[in-house]
Amino acid sequence: MIAIIQTYGWMLLAALGKTILLTLLSLFFAMILGMIFALMNVGKNRLLNLLGTVYVDAIRGVPLMVLAFFIYFGIPSGMKGMGIQNFRLSALQAGTMALALNCGAYMAEIIRAGIESVDKGQMEASRSLGLTYGKSMRLVVLPQAIRTMVPSIINQFIITLKDTSILSVIAFPELMNMGKIISGNTGMVLQTWTIVGVMYMAVIITLSKIAKRIERRVNRGR
Amino acid sequence: MDDNIKIHVEHLKKNFDKLEVLKDMSIDILEGEVVVLLGPSGSGKSTFLRCLNQLETATSGTIIIDDKNITDKHTDINKVRENIGMVFQHFNLFPHKTVLENIMLVPVELKKMTKEEAKDKSMQLLKRVGLDTKADAYPSQLSGGQKQRVAIARSLAMNPDIMLFDEPTSALDPEMVGEVLNVMQELVAEGMTMVIVTHEIGFAKEVADRIVFMDGGYIVEQGTPEEVILRPKEARTIDFLNKVL
Repeated sequence: MIAIIQTYGWMLLAALGKTILLTLLSLFFAMILGMIFALMNVGKNRLLNLLGTVYVDAIRGVPLMVLAFFIYFGIPSGMKGMGIQNFRLSALQAGTMALALNCGAYMAEIIRAGIESVDKGQMEASRSLGLTYGKSMRLVVLPQAIRTMVPSIINQFIITLKDTSILSVIAFPELMNMGKIISGNTGMVLQTWTIVGVMYMAVIITLSKIAKRIERRVNRGR
Repeated sequence: MDDNIKIHVEHLKKNFDKLEVLKDMSIDILEGEVVVLLGPSGSGKSTFLRCLNQLETATSGTIIIDDKNITDKHTDINKVRENIGMVFQHFNLFPHKTVLENIMLVPVELKKMTKEEAKDKSMQLLKRVGLDTKADAYPSQLSGGQKQRVAIARSLAMNPDIMLFDEPTSALDPEMVGEVLNVMQELVAEGMTMVIVTHEIGFAKEVADRIVFMDGGYIVEQGTPEEVILRPKEARTIDFLNKVL
């Protein structure tokens, strides 16, 4: 085990860095997607409702690995079929897209549920005072919705971090992939996966602790 | 049209899917008039009130407030609502804001006042409803009666010239009803145009210029408190008053 750390320590850390980079990028876009589609779903416009539902259903109906293959291999191949040569996505780009789309759908559902958990009277009171729908949402409804959303969002963050390991299948050099390489090179399979497992765990436990602290702060003054 | 008419309602209908809640309502409410809506639950009182600021969109008919047709889609309803305060049964204070922030939020956001002006005005209003010591409290720390008084102050901060009250005392413990009615009575004395849905018959008798008795989505009868409460003509009104008095 010590031998692995001595030889591969820096590479493992670099791979962990890639994992975290992929997670953060995906979460950033997932939050934006989630917010947009949640707002589409809670509004009164039927067409937007439908679009929102289609997105969430489609993404939830497709395994992440299939989505990753579709984006990384399928889209460039389709482009070629349409005569567009040299269209390539890096593993990071494709991985971020796949994870963000995937996580965004779950995020949309979390945000939608959060908005719907806020008493209807809040929107009514705000509208009755003359605020527009958008401002009422931003100033009155969303700040209250976030309180109920925080635990689920953090949970989703952790799931997304773990889901990055699935993207080892499109050869993105994240932690899982590094584990495969090291265990293949050294033959120290048990030791390698122990180290990789502990690394994931360390990051996730740290994240959970930070999350708990944020949760407490958000709930203050209630 | 009579210059004194503040709210003009003509053949207002409101359906919720297939359910007809307001079947045909026409009424004129004068500037400074206090109108109390009475009637059994499900008679359409609250729906009518909520149509007046278009929290419920009218299915058909016309509502004209201050010469603006608010049932017209092209009317900027947000602008109209700035002049119409509404007080709800369940207060609907913003729980994530302090009492002072609840009152200041919208006037500042809509640039009606600067922050300082809004703060002064809010403190004045809080003093008026007897809650200036609670400015920095959160709604969860207040009693029901206090919450409702803050809600009234919040509406008044926009300087409305019409106030709508949707069963403002129905969710209160009996000992807190009086403090809210007192604040409302002051508004009556100032000449505010008010439309009130309430079950407080005694209060209605005292403050109303006109009482409108509704049942089944129609106005059954209307008149002064003496006429409607002491000498009701319609069987449905008599039946209702017998049950509640």
